[in-house]
Amino acid sequence: MGRKYLLGNEAIAHGCLSAGVSFVCGYPGTPSSEVIDFLRSREERDYYLEWSINEKVALENAIGASWSGLRSFCTMKHVGLNVASDPFMTLAYTGVKAGLVIMSADDPFAHSSQNEQDSRNYAKFAKVPCFDPANIQESHDMIPVAFSLSEEFELPVLFRPTTRVCHSKGDVEIGKNVSGPKKGHFERDVPRYVVVPVNTRELHKKLNHKQSSLKKRIIELGLNTSEVRGDTAVISSGVSAEYVREVLHDSVSFAKIGAYPIDEDWLRSFVEKHKRVVVIEELDHVIESRVREVACNVIINGKMDGKVPYEGEFAPNIVSSILQSCNIKVRCSYPARTPVQGLPPRPAILCAGCAHRATFYSIKRVYSNAVYPSDIGCYTLGLQLDAVDTTVCMGASITIGTGISHSTEDQNVICTIGDSTFLHSGLTGLLNAVYNDSDITVVILDNRTTAMTGHQPNPMSGCDACGQPKETISLDALSRSCGVKFVETIDPYDLMATREVLEKAKKERGVRVIIAKASCVISRRRSGGKSSRYTVDIDRCNGCGSCIRFGCPALFWIDDQAHIDNTCTGCTVCEQICPQGAIRKEAIR
Amino acid sequence: MNGSFDVLIVGVGGQGTILASNVLGEACLIENKPVRAAETHGMAQRGGSVESHVRVGCEFGPLISPGTADLILAFDMLEALRASHFLKEGGLIIASLQLIVPVSVYMKKLDPPTIQSIRNALMGKDAIFIDAEECAVRAGSPLTTNMVIIGAASPLIPLSLSSLKKAVAKRVPAKTLEINDRAFEIGREEYLKAKS
Ligand code: SF4
Ligand code: SF4
Repeated sequence: MGRKYLLGNEAIAHGCLSAGVSFVCGYPGTPSSEVIDFLRSREERDYYLEWSINEKVALENAIGASWSGLRSFCTMKHVGLNVASDPFMTLAYTGVKAGLVIMSADDPFAHSSQNEQDSRNYAKFAKVPCFDPANIQESHDMIPVAFSLSEEFELPVLFRPTTRVCHSKGDVEIGKNVSGPKKGHFERDVPRYVVVPVNTRELHKKLNHKQSSLKKRIIELGLNTSEVRGDTAVISSGVSAEYVREVLHDSVSFAKIGAYPIDEDWLRSFVEKHKRVVVIEELDHVIESRVREVACNVIINGKMDGKVPYEGEFAPNIVSSILQSCNIKVRCSYPARTPVQGLPPRPAILCAGCAHRATFYSIKRVYSNAVYPSDIGCYTLGLQLDAVDTTVCMGASITIGTGISHSTEDQNVICTIGDSTFLHSGLTGLLNAVYNDSDITVVILDNRTTAMTGHQPNPMSGCDACGQPKETISLDALSRSCGVKFVETIDPYDLMATREVLEKAKKERGVRVIIAKASCVISRRRSGGKSSRYTVDIDRCNGCGSCIRFGCPALFWIDDQAHIDNTCTGCTVCEQICPQGAIRKEAIR
Repeated sequence: MNGSFDVLIVGVGGQGTILASNVLGEACLIENKPVRAAETHGMAQRGGSVESHVRVGCEFGPLISPGTADLILAFDMLEALRASHFLKEGGLIIASLQLIVPVSVYMKKLDPPTIQSIRNALMGKDAIFIDAEECAVRAGSPLTTNMVIIGAASPLIPLSLSSLKKAVAKRVPAKTLEINDRAFEIGREEYLKAKS
């Protein structure tokens, strides 16, 4: 199919096409989302595809597809695998029928994540194979191999790229598209698919039995490779292996791990040929512990002796200086450079005219000095507006808020959670809060999309992943059916009306739900929505700064007066805030 | 460090830095040169600092190390300064004379940076400043600022003019090609003017 300049995730999607995948599902999460975004936007699709409600749901769907004989690919970010870990652990016992590959994208440095967990640990925990691509070409080429290995051993394969693979770009040779079967057939196999104790004990034995041949097969497939060149060596994996290749001197041996579990005999025979071995891997010491287990009379350097950091991501200069500190010869050393200090930071912020900002503004005014548990989404940026006190994982705003409300006396608790996050895992927490008489207000920030990860549709969007129209579900009815008595829907851009509803809610007890409904400004712009711009009447502005404190990035300050730039989306909120009436709709341009 | 030509493109989320890096990548493909790039995706794109690393002729990882960039293309002055430690000895910064003051300055009442203060801070680095937005408006649309910057960089990047232009044609919507081309040309002229 030729050479293309592609994003890592697009290359992975092409890998799926060349593997004849028939069933694709997942839940969006940076850095994994573009695989499905690419596959769903193709004009012709000969595979089933969905954005699922959450990762557990997605994986279970994929299991059903695999058991029906369809090659299935299921995507998520690393923390999504926590949500899917329940089926994941037992899936290793039951095994798969048609190939099932689970992509869990790790995020060293937590560019866009709540932690830096290492998915490779899950593969080890569940005793399933794990693929660890070092670059885009590998991530493409590994997918068909992962599918056949999955079928050969009847095990799911965990495919674990990192941010610098998913979100890097490069020239890639892509394979020919293959069509998989559209439909399969589910055959009963109770001893395998029903994990009652008597069955699961047998399945556990089978799983353990597979391990040694699996390790040998990974070596035969050439996924782990080594080259002896001298009496010192470096072992690496993932994108770190690319950095090592860039800086390592030709006289140093090199082994690259592309898949796990690692065969101990193979590893030992490489390690034993050296006096010193340095292990360079991002995040946890997965390879290093194996190396230390097999080595005797060899000096091992890595994380466990403090030479290599556990946190963050690497780069060529970092790898070069680690290797030098371990007396490993490098080809190039890098100049020491530090960034200019004291520059004003420019973190991500809510967009100009984002409804979340307006909602937070009203919440802070009515529920001042409350506790503000929040959740995972663009609105986590409400942190900058001092309106976010806790964020742990998807759905945890309502549940942590519930715990706080039961444990404190005179503190109001008002939780914020996005529509997609609410449907992902907020709903159960809401049900629990009602059932157990929690005293909280829950504001569902309903912007009708999964905005942060790139505007993937969800049940609020009016269409499915492939753009087919779908009836939106009612958050009002959903909340009421959980037993919530106080449910109100507001337009967050109407500050006065919002304030009234919040004040009413504050007077009530029990669980109160407020649905702040307004489409994301980006989706509105994309669907061609026109808006008028606002402007400051300099003669009226007295420089009180009320508008600037609102924090809209379209507002800026020159010579003690407010101004509005052309990113204004006309949300009207600053107009409502300005006590001087100095902000108004711009005359027709 | 390995013979690749390393370009760091920096700006503010939403400024079109990714299109600029795509043009370089596509031009490499046309010339059959290996290329590696890394981009900021996800949350930081919401108005935060963004960077694209593009390594022309590279067969290793996508990241450029501090002190090794051959060229820094900055869509914003503050971001030029923030990324300046990436520049190698003898490298060049091409920066657009544009400054978006981060909201953090107003919220935290910090000293707002100015174009002049940043130029002073960059003293000692080899840098060329162009009013890319004005050039883009002259070309027909402020949305072509990224093409002005790519045009300005074009004499320095080891890729032929025709490959770069083909890459532009491949990556921009057909109906905007003419103004994007014009923006590229204006940028190129600006660089040559500044150099002479
Ligand atoms: S109307 Fe005011 S608050 Fe709304 S987007 Fe424009 S400048 Fe920002
Ligand atoms: S709120 Fe009104 S008076 Fe106060 S600074 Fe803003 S525009 Fe000027």
